[in-house]
Amino acid sequence: MALGRLVGRRLAVGAVILFVVSLLVFGASLLLPGDAARAVLGRSASPDRLAVVRAQMHLDDPAPQRYLAWASDLVTGDLGNSTVSQEPVIELIAGRSGNSLLLMAIAALVATPLSLLLGSWSALRRDQLADHATALGTLVLASLPEFVVGIALIYVFATGLLQWFPPVVSTTMPVLEQPSVLVLPVATLVLAVAPYITRMMRATMLEVLDSDFVHQARLNGIPERSVLWRHAVPNAIGPVAQVIGLQLAYLAGGIVLVEFLFAYPGIGQGIVEAVNARDIPTLQALIMLIAAFYVLVNLLADVVGVLTNPRLRTGVA
Amino acid sequence: MSALVPPAGDGGVTAPVAGQTPGLLRRSLATGRTRAGLAITMLVVAVAVVGPFVAPGGETAIVGPPNASEVPGLLFGTDVTGRDVWTRFLHGGISVLWLSALCTLVGVGAGLLIALLAGYSRTWVDEVLMRTTDVFLAFPAIVLALLFLAIFQPSAWTVILTVALGHAPRVARVMRSAVLDVAGRDYVRSAESMGLRRWSIRLGDLLPNVTGPLMVECGLRLTYSIGLVAGLGFLGLSGLAIDQADWGLMINEGRTAFTVQPWPVLLPVTAIGLLTVGTNLIADGIARAAAGTDREVGE
Repeated sequence: MALGRLVGRRLAVGAVILFVVSLLVFGASLLLPGDAARAVLGRSASPDRLAVVRAQMHLDDPAPQRYLAWASDLVTGDLGNSTVSQEPVIELIAGRSGNSLLLMAIAALVATPLSLLLGSWSALRRDQLADHATALGTLVLASLPEFVVGIALIYVFATGLLQWFPPVVSTTMPVLEQPSVLVLPVATLVLAVAPYITRMMRATMLEVLDSDFVHQARLNGIPERSVLWRHAVPNAIGPVAQVIGLQLAYLAGGIVLVEFLFAYPGIGQGIVEAVNARDIPTLQALIMLIAAFYVLVNLLADVVGVLTNPRLRTGVA
Repeated sequence: MSALVPPAGDGGVTAPVAGQTPGLLRRSLATGRTRAGLAITMLVVAVAVVGPFVAPGGETAIVGPPNASEVPGLLFGTDVTGRDVWTRFLHGGISVLWLSALCTLVGVGAGLLIALLAGYSRTWVDEVLMRTTDVFLAFPAIVLALLFLAIFQPSAWTVILTVALGHAPRVARVMRSAVLDVAGRDYVRSAESMGLRRWSIRLGDLLPNVTGPLMVECGLRLTYSIGLVAGLGFLGLSGLAIDQADWGLMINEGRTAFTVQPWPVLLPVTAIGLLTVGTNLIADGIARAAAGTDREVGE
């Protein structure tokens, strides 16, 4: 079947991209001034000690051999130890990826219906005050960097005007036992992605509302409510689905600054800590993880786009 | 999700509209939105440029106890080491401005070059260049920047190059489709039949006809550059000297004392927010003028 082949081809492309990404991530670490052994031991390390650590880390092997060893470890889930905490990177990922997924999932579940509703509502009030206000509001929100929105939320709802939610996550207990800490990071991410989906939904709804079959349905005397929900909205959601997918992929980058801001123990905060500590094994693993997630969600968005667009489905693309 | 916009002057077969750029700017300035964006941007730029000359004191001078919000004679109190917040704010904008401007210039320039090469090669070069951009598009921009900042010591140049590296593939994609669109037109074919060299066609016939989307990209990438540059400063990774006044760094230093002394964070956050809104309003206005319709800017 054509669709199966198409999905298969996209999957293969995704795998090739991840392979090249792994070359890039590994290759970047070869450019590290000095070497990883010195990064672990510090400037004052003795030559003997350096030699031992170099041997342990196989730093004297040729680069291709080291790449193969690293990549096969990566595939089997053996990600090495953090050069800072000496703990296995896989444990750090296991603890943090759940937190990040939770954050992104809630943000997606809130942002999607909210922006679909707002976009449709705005389209129905085309060129009225509400429509213009929504357009301007989403444009302004889409311009603002996440940390600006996050800090504004903290000032209004946590430290300054109101004290409704905690400004940062407490490290002493799991995130799920302090659900109120999720509110502000989720709100920040929602405000980051919702504007794009809202604007796309508005534009698509305007097109659909102006199409022949909606006019026909109205002429046939079908009640407006039913025209809207049975005819217009289902036809608008298809094109918007791809934008939703792309925005969810965007969350993978958005969590870096947002988690750092709220001291939220996730993958994004882990990346910043690894950069500051120059903890290369941890950084490599976390970046590969984000790239894999990003490529996968983009691929899903692609497939959804194809599924909902008959012209692409027949293989013209 | 840019349904990006064919260049203006889409008369199709007519001669190249060489002078479309001034017209485009003028048309976009006719909208209140662009004018508001320009006013906001100019305000923040004025604060950043004039600020260092009118600041009441030295940017590193210690003038009071740390984190005091009420100090007689100081407008916004002192920061984490007792320096005057207002002085540091006035000094701290210029670095964000020139870093973001250079990121945009390098990133859009590189993207445009790739697009001109790929979009008008009709050979394997196009394929290779576009597949290479796919690889760099497999990272969110901030993650790509962090990878390289971990490897190379953060400095102004590594920040500029890593942020530009994030822009280039995205710009290249948009501009390539604009170039492809123009490359099939009759005046390009006629230039080809006259035996003009490919680079002279690229610069003489293609480039002048993709200035619409190019200017939209500049505005959009400038908005993202400001967010990324300030964001890297906020993470403490912008490569500036520790005691330099910089809006991003101020947020990083001030965030731990945010509850007792919010001004070292609030002032730069407000300025950065205004600046990104201003530049994005301008980009949106240009995009609308270029499309000649109600089209909107997206990522």
